[in-house]
Amino acid sequence: MKKKLLALVLTGILGVSLLSGCGSKEESASEPAAEKTEEGKEEAASAEGGSVYYLNFKPEQDQQWQDLAKAYTEETGVEVTVVTAASGNYETTLMSEMGKSGAPTLFQVNGPVGLANWKDYCYDLSGSDVYGELTSDGFALKEGDAVYGIAYVIESYGIIVNKTLLAEAGYSIDDIKSFDDLKKVAEDITARSSELGFAAFSSAGMDGSSDWRFKTHLANLPIYFEYQEDGIGATDAIKGSYLDNYRNIWDLYINNSTCDPAELSAKTGDDSRNEFLAGEAVFFQNGSWEYGNLTGDGKFTDDDLAMIPIYIGAGDEANQGLCTGTENYWCVNGTADEADIQATLDFMYWCVTSEEGTSAMANDMGFVIPFKNAVESPNLFVKQDAEMTAAGKNPVSWNFTTMPSEEWKNGVGSALTAYAADQTDANWDAVVAAFVDGWATEYQLANGN
Amino acid sequence: MEKALKKWSPLFVLPTLLAFLIGFIIPFAEGLYLSFCQFTTVGNAQFVGLANYKKVFSDASFLNSFKFTVVYAIAAILLINVIAFCLALLLTRKLRGTNVFRTVFFMPNLIGGIVLGYIWQILINCLLSIAGQPLLALNSKAGYWGLIVLMCWQQIGYMMIIYIAGLQNVSDDLLEAAQIDGASAWTTLWKVKIPMVMPSITICVFLTLTNSFKLFDQNLALTGGDPNHSTEMLALNIFQTFYARAGAQWKGLGQAKAVIFCLLVIVISLAQLKATRSKEVQQ
Repeated sequence: MKKKLLALVLTGILGVSLLSGCGSKEESASEPAAEKTEEGKEEAASAEGGSVYYLNFKPEQDQQWQDLAKAYTEETGVEVTVVTAASGNYETTLMSEMGKSGAPTLFQVNGPVGLANWKDYCYDLSGSDVYGELTSDGFALKEGDAVYGIAYVIESYGIIVNKTLLAEAGYSIDDIKSFDDLKKVAEDITARSSELGFAAFSSAGMDGSSDWRFKTHLANLPIYFEYQEDGIGATDAIKGSYLDNYRNIWDLYINNSTCDPAELSAKTGDDSRNEFLAGEAVFFQNGSWEYGNLTGDGKFTDDDLAMIPIYIGAGDEANQGLCTGTENYWCVNGTADEADIQATLDFMYWCVTSEEGTSAMANDMGFVIPFKNAVESPNLFVKQDAEMTAAGKNPVSWNFTTMPSEEWKNGVGSALTAYAADQTDANWDAVVAAFVDGWATEYQLANGN
Repeated sequence: MEKALKKWSPLFVLPTLLAFLIGFIIPFAEGLYLSFCQFTTVGNAQFVGLANYKKVFSDASFLNSFKFTVVYAIAAILLINVIAFCLALLLTRKLRGTNVFRTVFFMPNLIGGIVLGYIWQILINCLLSIAGQPLLALNSKAGYWGLIVLMCWQQIGYMMIIYIAGLQNVSDDLLEAAQIDGASAWTTLWKVKIPMVMPSITICVFLTLTNSFKLFDQNLALTGGDPNHSTEMLALNIFQTFYARAGAQWKGLGQAKAVIFCLLVIVISLAQLKATRSKEVQQ
């Protein structure tokens, strides 16, 4: 009898521990939901009883968002949960979070192609206050009259220059006004690199942490000029009119660099940045988001740095500006509760209009936000973009949001890497094939059904 | 006693059954259902019938990764088992330091696949760079052999332990009888030892076979399928279909691939079990 009792107790313990194991998982999974109900009780008197769950895309601004959310909760009593997806895992995280109860009420998509995935979940923002705050309709992601996304940060990229090193080589940024100038300077630096002790370009790494700079951002330029020429904003079949220019700038990057082009396939984004930080290279293609990584203690000051447009020898180079645009669009989850949607809209409105919200976005996060009440950002590259635009230069828009799929980018990246290792015409033809034929195939696959 | 056992057995089975139900049966059934659906998240699945399965067989990347997986599996199973068995033979000869060697050979098995993948990626890239060859991201041949070397390094120790246990169970009577009959070491190996360790061989071949087909971490970390998906194995192909692609049409396709993959692994491993089991002998 005693044995039986013991067995029973043991089974019981096993069962309980098992169930509690499942239970705790469940709890953490629906944490926002739990907080929501708790908050709901407290909240009943003040606002509508909704809460906000923001799935943040930018890991580098995680802390700032957490602080801002806390400030908002203190001010209004509305609970705001900010969760940041790990770098490169946003879609994966979003997919699983959206499947749960207590799904994110505020998330983001990267443009028209990303929107296609999530359109069923997007709330139409056309009548919202936050939409009214946008400085231009161009920053909204629209389909017909419906507004599904609102850009919340405008970024620029180009070639970041170490002005001090450039001066050591005997040039200044005023000497670089076209692709030919850039080529002349870069090749001169390469010719004297052993004497100068640095190279022209930091490594154009094609590791996954860095290849987006070339297969996406650099590839934007030939696409932009083709769109300009044809007067279109998107296409189901790219012609590749400016691919020769793409080849020229790519040749320049890889053959005037800190490392052998054959080694680029394994070079990472950190490698490239560290080379630039260590003064091993004059030029570094990247964007305004790198400002925080490049400045600060023991790093550069604003006087050392400048950002110049990426010239590829196409279009009106004298009036070419930086590549400025966005791939960060806020979307509100239309399947959430009414109260949560309203709370989310209020939070967005507060972020872009209140003094605290706008200054946090400008000063702490370093964002330029396309809203009427925006505070000027201390980000040097962003200021430069504004100066160039004021001086009558035309910013190059971000057209990579119209690239048919990630797979297309990977195809181009893979071909570029192979070409870098062995720079033959046949290998370049493979890049062209990946660019032109790959576009048509991928467009079909993505929009076929 | 038996009566009591019968009476209480459902209670004893319950915890495990629950865990099995929650952790396996329900997700599996849901996954099976989702493979017939088009969906973005599991909450909004729409039934589309067999459309996903039709697409799987017209997807060239899936067939390519299947071929690559088979070619890899054959080489990996042969190499891992042969080398592990040879090591086991060496380490059951009562040499000095046997235990040290056994531990050392077993140790790679304790490191996780992702970590191993990245370590070997650095090592192999370094070698290729010295040899003036294209690096892993551009070199499918190096990717293939790299995967095999990596998996051999990781799994040989584990299989070796199983073979050692098997070899130690071969009774001395049999070996002595063979010796008295004048059998050479070679004949003893083939006629006595190998038939006697057949159960170990069954297990090891089963483990290496299923591991080879299900290989994911090492594949992801070492080559990531580069160049151009040519070193992408089935599991990675499914993952890429599901996660690297945007759009509802891909999720169901990935799910259908996963179901086919699961059936494939079950069928192949059952066939293998049957084949090697039939060679096992009773003492």
